[in-house]
Amino acid sequence: MLHIKNLHANIEEKEILRGINLDIKAGEVHAIMGPNGSGKSTLASVLAGRSNFEVTEGSVEFLGKDLLEMSPEERAREGMFMAFQYPVEIPGVSTTNFIKTAVNETRKHRGLEPLDAVAFLKLMKERMKLVEIDQSLLSRSLNAGFSGGEKKRNEIFQMAMLEPRLAILDETDSGLDIDALRIVANGVNKSRTKDNAFLLVTHYQRLLDYIVPDFVHVLYNGRIVKSGTKELALELEERGYDFIKSEIELAAQD
Amino acid sequence: MPEENEDILDQVTSAEYKYGFVTDIESEDAPRGLSEDTVRYISARKNEPEWLLEWRLKAYRHWLTMEEPKWPNVHYPPIDYQDIIYYSAPKQKIAPNSLDEIDPELRKTFEKLGISLNEQKRLSGIAVDAVIDSVSIATTFKEELGELGIIFCSMSEAVHEHPELVRKYLGSVVPPTDNYFTALNSAVFSDGSFCFIPSGVKCPMELSTYFRINAANTGQFERTLIVAEAGSYVSYLEGCTAPMRDENQLHAAVVELITMEKAEIKYSTVQNWYPGDKEGKGGIYNFVTKRGICQGDHSKISWTQVETGSSITWKYPSVILKGDYTNGEFYSVAVTNNYQQADTGTKMIHLGKHSRSRIVSKGISAGKSNNSYRGLVQVSKNASFARNFSQCDSLLLGDKCGAHTFPYIEVKNNTAIVEHEATTSKIGEDQIFYCNQRGIDTETAVALIINGFAKEVMNQLPMEFAVEAQKLLAISLEGSVG
Repeated sequence: MLHIKNLHANIEEKEILRGINLDIKAGEVHAIMGPNGSGKSTLASVLAGRSNFEVTEGSVEFLGKDLLEMSPEERAREGMFMAFQYPVEIPGVSTTNFIKTAVNETRKHRGLEPLDAVAFLKLMKERMKLVEIDQSLLSRSLNAGFSGGEKKRNEIFQMAMLEPRLAILDETDSGLDIDALRIVANGVNKSRTKDNAFLLVTHYQRLLDYIVPDFVHVLYNGRIVKSGTKELALELEERGYDFIKSEIELAAQD
Repeated sequence: MPEENEDILDQVTSAEYKYGFVTDIESEDAPRGLSEDTVRYISARKNEPEWLLEWRLKAYRHWLTMEEPKWPNVHYPPIDYQDIIYYSAPKQKIAPNSLDEIDPELRKTFEKLGISLNEQKRLSGIAVDAVIDSVSIATTFKEELGELGIIFCSMSEAVHEHPELVRKYLGSVVPPTDNYFTALNSAVFSDGSFCFIPSGVKCPMELSTYFRINAANTGQFERTLIVAEAGSYVSYLEGCTAPMRDENQLHAAVVELITMEKAEIKYSTVQNWYPGDKEGKGGIYNFVTKRGICQGDHSKISWTQVETGSSITWKYPSVILKGDYTNGEFYSVAVTNNYQQADTGTKMIHLGKHSRSRIVSKGISAGKSNNSYRGLVQVSKNASFARNFSQCDSLLLGDKCGAHTFPYIEVKNNTAIVEHEATTSKIGEDQIFYCNQRGIDTETAVALIINGFAKEVMNQLPMEFAVEAQKLLAISLEGSVG
């Protein structure tokens, strides 16, 4: 589904990603972990098409198409979703109206008729249960005055509404208490099918107690330096990122 | 912001003006320039009674002693008042006795503007007075309204049919000497709408006047006068467009509203005069005085305006809260793009006890435009327990435009409560990217954000016009996201 080959990216002339290679197949859950400043969020942003990053080398193929050629909205309509670490507030635009616009833009792209109010509401009611989100929240302005937990739940709710092929969760666990984390993770788990895939970007292992990944990758200094299964995450939790750093330094000395 | 994104913003805010066409109709014009003869010519053309001619001449003589106001935050080259044609009437073969007899070219013009003069194909219950250049072409639903005692007709007609009402109220809220442009308007006004709602009648349909400037080199000077007697209610809407021309054209209108005890007037404007081109060439100078008086206790006047057009806008729809427990409202969205300039706001003059006013102003600036809110809240010595709430929000698109707020507050009664809130924000790159990531393109995203910003005001518009106005907002800003 997603093939990243030797991806390099800069921000303001500074190289952040230095040759990322990653393959994600349908039905898989991948976790990207790494210390602060390793390039985790940059990778998520580059995949979503944020324009302040410049891709200098490499290629990304998404569902057989050249991802880097596509605008951010095309990527979204093709089935890529990103749950933001810091979801923005848009005053005056109701959450419902926003999601309806998003859903119908995507449907248009896929050659489907827009959902009418009744059909949309029905879909919404059904998906609301997934993340235990309250209807009153959805009639409020998008993210305006939402608590941290409400914002993250709203991200996962949007994901459930848009049914992406690949969902990137950028530090969705940050700032969540245990209850909220459980609810968010539950929403993700229930959305898993054999046709979609997830890329979890996280600093901490605890999210992975709730969403069990098939693969764990450690990002350090703009490269994936170690890949493994969920046991790798546990090892990181136990030994900290320093052991990875020293391993790399040792390797460099050889 | 990266160049690519800025390009998008540029494209989004540079859409073409849709109403810029000219209708080829023969017209009868006054000679260019302004003198007592011009005033007499206009009055004679309209067969006016002597008192009105005198009224005009008095205004004209006063105007000669006045100077154009210099205090607004707008800049334009001096206007040559001798280079304007003050009266231009489309020539019709015969005076139309019914709507069917209107010149087909004129009818087509209004159809192109999306306004039906055909009562059979009527908009959902809206009576229209259509004014082109200096004259009213047609007023629909006159008979239906007449059965309720409602008078809705052109000002020229009112002068002949209801002289006692016109004479009583004309200039009673906005005296000819009020300011430079009201004096000019009073001297040369050509037409406009007149509404009278008798006691206890709730007007069953929206009343609407549609103003269109067509002829070149002309100015448009219309007057609107609405009187709501005790316990009555009316909702009124005006719309306006003009052809695209390289030279600037002057529009100096006067609107007067009067509410008696427990009456209510809701006055909505969707102003879409030609704003000039991307380089700031051409466009309408919109110098308008609008004022209402809540004469009777418990009466209410509410102004809602969506200002997207005009090269320069200078207007302050105001309310004099004379009665006790009166209520004044001002809801405004002013959009400026390219080189447009707007200096707009309101005056709430509290004279009555327990009078209340509410001001919600939303300014949206894009391109190289300048958008100013200027408002006065005045509480007089006797206006005990007066209350005002003002909120002025500005939204900036890009970094070459300006937003300014000039609130003036004068309180002479210490029981008054006056609140003022103001915010300035920018459409963030983050907000746009967030929308993009949900599959929403930049243009749609900007429209969504802007309509969200302006929602509180848009919600005040009559339903039939809210959708149109929303589209207009988006179109006005096409090509301007920053």
